[in-house]
Amino acid sequence: MSETAPRPSPEALLAEAAQEGRGRLKIFLGAAPGVGKTYAMLEAAHERVREGADVAVGLVETHGRRETEALLAGLEVLPRRAVAYRERSFEEMDLDALLARKPGLALVDELAHTNVPGSRHLKRWQDVEELLAAGVDVYTTVNIQHIESLNDVVEQISGVRVRETVPDAILAAAAEIELIDLPPEDLIKRLNEGKVYLPEQARRAVHHFFSPGTLTALREMALRHAAERVDRQMVDFMRAHAIAGPWPARERVLVCVDERADALRLVRVAKRAAERRGAALIAATVETPKSYALSDADKDRIDGAMRLAARLGAETAILEGDDVVAAVLGFARERNVTQIVVGRARPGRWGFGKAVTDRLIAAAGQINVLVVGGGPDKPPPRPAAPRRGDGLGYGLALAAAAAATLAGVAVDRAGLPIANISVIYLMAVLLAAMRAGRKPAIAASLASFFAFNFFFTEPRRTFAITDTQNILTVVLFLVAAVIVSNMAARLRAQMETSRESARRTHNLYEFGRKITAAATEDDVLWAVVHHVAATIGGKSLVLTPEDDGGLAVVAGYPPEDRLDDKSAAAAEWAWGQGKVAGRGSETLPAADWLFLPLATGRGRIGVLGVQMTDGADAPSAAQLRLLETLADQAAVAIERTALVTDMEAAKVATERERLRAALLSSLSHDLRTPLVSILGAATSLVSYDAVLDPGSRRELAQTIQDEAERLNRFVQNLLDMTRLGAGALEPKTDWADLADIVRAAVDRARRIARRHVLKVEIAPEMPLIRVDAVLIEQVVFNLVDNACKYAPPGTVVKIWAKPSDGEAVLEVVDQGPGIPPEDREKVFEMFYRVRQSDSQSGTGLGLAICRGVVEAHGGTIRVDEGIHGVGAAIVVRLPLPEAPPLPEAQA
Amino acid sequence: MSARVLVIDDEPQIRRFLRISLSANGYAVGEAETAAAGVAAARAEPPDLVVLDLGLPDRDGQEVISEIRGFSAVPIIVLSVRADEFDKVEALDRGATDYVVKPFGIAELMARVRAALRARAPADAPEVVTAGAVTVDLSRRVVRRDGEEVHLSKKEWELLALFARNPDHVLTHRQILKEVWGPAHVTDTAYLRVYVNQLRQKLEADPSAPMLLVNDPGVGYRLRLGD
Repeated sequence: MSETAPRPSPEALLAEAAQEGRGRLKIFLGAAPGVGKTYAMLEAAHERVREGADVAVGLVETHGRRETEALLAGLEVLPRRAVAYRERSFEEMDLDALLARKPGLALVDELAHTNVPGSRHLKRWQDVEELLAAGVDVYTTVNIQHIESLNDVVEQISGVRVRETVPDAILAAAAEIELIDLPPEDLIKRLNEGKVYLPEQARRAVHHFFSPGTLTALREMALRHAAERVDRQMVDFMRAHAIAGPWPARERVLVCVDERADALRLVRVAKRAAERRGAALIAATVETPKSYALSDADKDRIDGAMRLAARLGAETAILEGDDVVAAVLGFARERNVTQIVVGRARPGRWGFGKAVTDRLIAAAGQINVLVVGGGPDKPPPRPAAPRRGDGLGYGLALAAAAAATLAGVAVDRAGLPIANISVIYLMAVLLAAMRAGRKPAIAASLASFFAFNFFFTEPRRTFAITDTQNILTVVLFLVAAVIVSNMAARLRAQMETSRESARRTHNLYEFGRKITAAATEDDVLWAVVHHVAATIGGKSLVLTPEDDGGLAVVAGYPPEDRLDDKSAAAAEWAWGQGKVAGRGSETLPAADWLFLPLATGRGRIGVLGVQMTDGADAPSAAQLRLLETLADQAAVAIERTALVTDMEAAKVATERERLRAALLSSLSHDLRTPLVSILGAATSLVSYDAVLDPGSRRELAQTIQDEAERLNRFVQNLLDMTRLGAGALEPKTDWADLADIVRAAVDRARRIARRHVLKVEIAPEMPLIRVDAVLIEQVVFNLVDNACKYAPPGTVVKIWAKPSDGEAVLEVVDQGPGIPPEDREKVFEMFYRVRQSDSQSGTGLGLAICRGVVEAHGGTIRVDEGIHGVGAAIVVRLPLPEAPPLPEAQA
Repeated sequence: MSARVLVIDDEPQIRRFLRISLSANGYAVGEAETAAAGVAAARAEPPDLVVLDLGLPDRDGQEVISEIRGFSAVPIIVLSVRADEFDKVEALDRGATDYVVKPFGIAELMARVRAALRARAPADAPEVVTAGAVTVDLSRRVVRRDGEEVHLSKKEWELLALFARNPDHVLTHRQILKEVWGPAHVTDTAYLRVYVNQLRQKLEADPSAPMLLVNDPGVGYRLRLGD
């Protein structure tokens, strides 16, 4: 540790500065619903209003409590924003309105609230963050069970799982926390009086939740949280003002984690020690330059211990420094640690070896040091550093020495001084050290020395050492061999680490790319199992819950659809607990598969199962780390597709609803109108037969005929539409003469077009086409029918067709009002009519059918302007097939 | 003297208006409600023409056609629904004389009835058939248009002769192809289209608006003699 005067830590000063310009957050913290947080907040707000502050209510839930509502009166309440989701309407705080209004102080109730999807932020605390960032002071309320770090404890105590949580950081950043306290007896009394509003999930567990025991526990948690906060503030103050501790405020236990085999046990012991003293636990590990040389297994052990510590609620820290003792003690003083827990020294190891432990105890000063005895501590066999096979290494060493000898002979023959020869031998030793490791390098240095001695030093051809300089040579060779081989080994380890890290990054990148590219849930699942299987070189599968709550395999690579009972139990456990289970884990390790939960911030999605190929090995800790990251990414991707599917389904449902409504209105109008005429005319004929003159009788009969035909057309359209909609429309194509088809349609349309002039022009060179003649005839009929509906009587409706560029082009052109460009696509939608009017007998189906039929033939249909911009032209293009095989003789 | 028409249909309203209209046109009308009753009536008292609804409650109308054809060559006019070209084609292939699509105007039905009865007229195989300006002499194999002889290829003649032997009678693609080109070619409709076009070019006053060889979309062709 340096001896310079303590300086304020820069982070602490920065954090304090960041508070300026931001709004101040005040939190009204309660132990349970009904203690009166909202009431207290409103009272405080009134106080501020009296002081002249600009106060606006962003959102306050009164839950119908009269006293609360009364308090709301007199405050400016911003209207809420209605958000539609899944065809229901929800009310949310209007964040944008509030930001635009920018009051001095905003009231935002229930900090833990989850916003309806489609809002800007997922959570209300994020809204509050934005307000604070905009410089608005915020008053808000929250119950202790919503605090992230206490979430599981609350669940244990109350049996109620709270899904809406607020990160501890929000509370930590609050300028002020007011604890709203109400003794449990009073709260239960209020509950019995019906004065407590309960959220839905709490209502089910009301008796348990509102038992005196639970309430007392929650109350104590709230009180302690508030007290801890005061404590933290004091530490912050100390850091900001560079006051060195420890000040005995609240006890802190620091556990030092290294790569020892019983690191997990050490952490647990420290946790119990901390609990007994009511102290907070901090787990720290020190990274020194030597840490690079740790094996993967060592690193994984440290990681595992740190993760366990985090799970046990400890704060974790990674310290850096050359000296373990200095780093630990510096950190401990900074954090006011009262006790340091270390493992018992083990000889000859880095980390907390004997010397380290002794120095730590000596330098700890006021801080207690607890040295924990070893468990069944067998240091794991250190895996051999990756190097060439030993035989090969020694071979290389001897070859290097031999080569140096040959080079030495050449130098010697050249008559150069033998000092040069020793340098050549040094090169050989260095080479062996770099490429083959320490022992072969030592072998090389010995071999070199003897060879040098034997061949080149006087007296030659003997091993006699006459010169002290030669002794120095052998020592120098040995030293060089050890230093270089150590350096090379470290370098190799570092290279291996960074190569491993690059592989891992590449793997994750690849995976991200694959699952981003997958559009459907099936695609994502497949990408996940495929990638995971490839990564671990084994099998992989994904299970998701079914409607009945059981898990089912939804994807597997290689495909797998059943699990044995043990594995299924492990999968269920992993799913239920949200933790890793199965082979190689701490739960149900007898299973063949290892299961990792797939979870996102919004909940669990399923589990990922993995199995190494031979069915015996569990994934290594490094693989497990990678798998956990993959599982996280996979969960997010699966959730994304689920959301997309939901949205698609909602869109389809809306469209279906619109069609249904249109169909109903069409049916009631288009079916009934002709029936009214038919019934009217028929009853006239029946009732007034005697008094009607032949002309009137004929006219009435004609009406019946016309309207019945209209009804028939409508029914035909409905039937065609049903066939199109059911996907049953498969054109039964055959060779056909377009002229014949058009003629048949025109003949049939004669009566409805009797007030128009129909002109048909089919190019004589039009080849045979391959279509379903009946359907295309219906298309032409509908187009003519449509033209006659909109074009005024007496005008020309022209139907012409010619071949063009491998297509048969058919146009029906009228001289009516035309179709405005913006409607030209919509006219092909079902039940769409350009002009909504009763007088037109259009059903809005005719053109939709045309499009359906034409597209089923691989053709296109669109609307254009008529000739010289007058009227509308509907253009149908059908692909022309190759000419049919024709019979032998043409004459 | 008046021809007897047997109506087989299960809808009383349809039977009623057919009875009224056919009687008004001077035909004697018999009625049957089911397939069984219809076949029995056709056997017991052979009619000159049968009007048959394909949708009957007890059996498929198609079977009724085959059954009647088992003992009688009486013309059968089928009532069918528009959407089912296959029904029509099947009925014709089974031996029905003609079809009318429901819903239909009475004038259309009457025209078909008259044509069907005419084809059955005593001069069973007329040597010369006249359709508009065209005369076809079946025994001498001569075709004239406005008095001038028209030269036809062998296949064209065979095709025209087939139509002339069944005037005013819809022939399905399959029937024509089988008759003229042989059973191996029943699906080669392109042949048929081409030859019909060639015949039209030689016989019709305006080949682009044919009046003699008319098309029934999806079903077949007929030679129209003109009413």
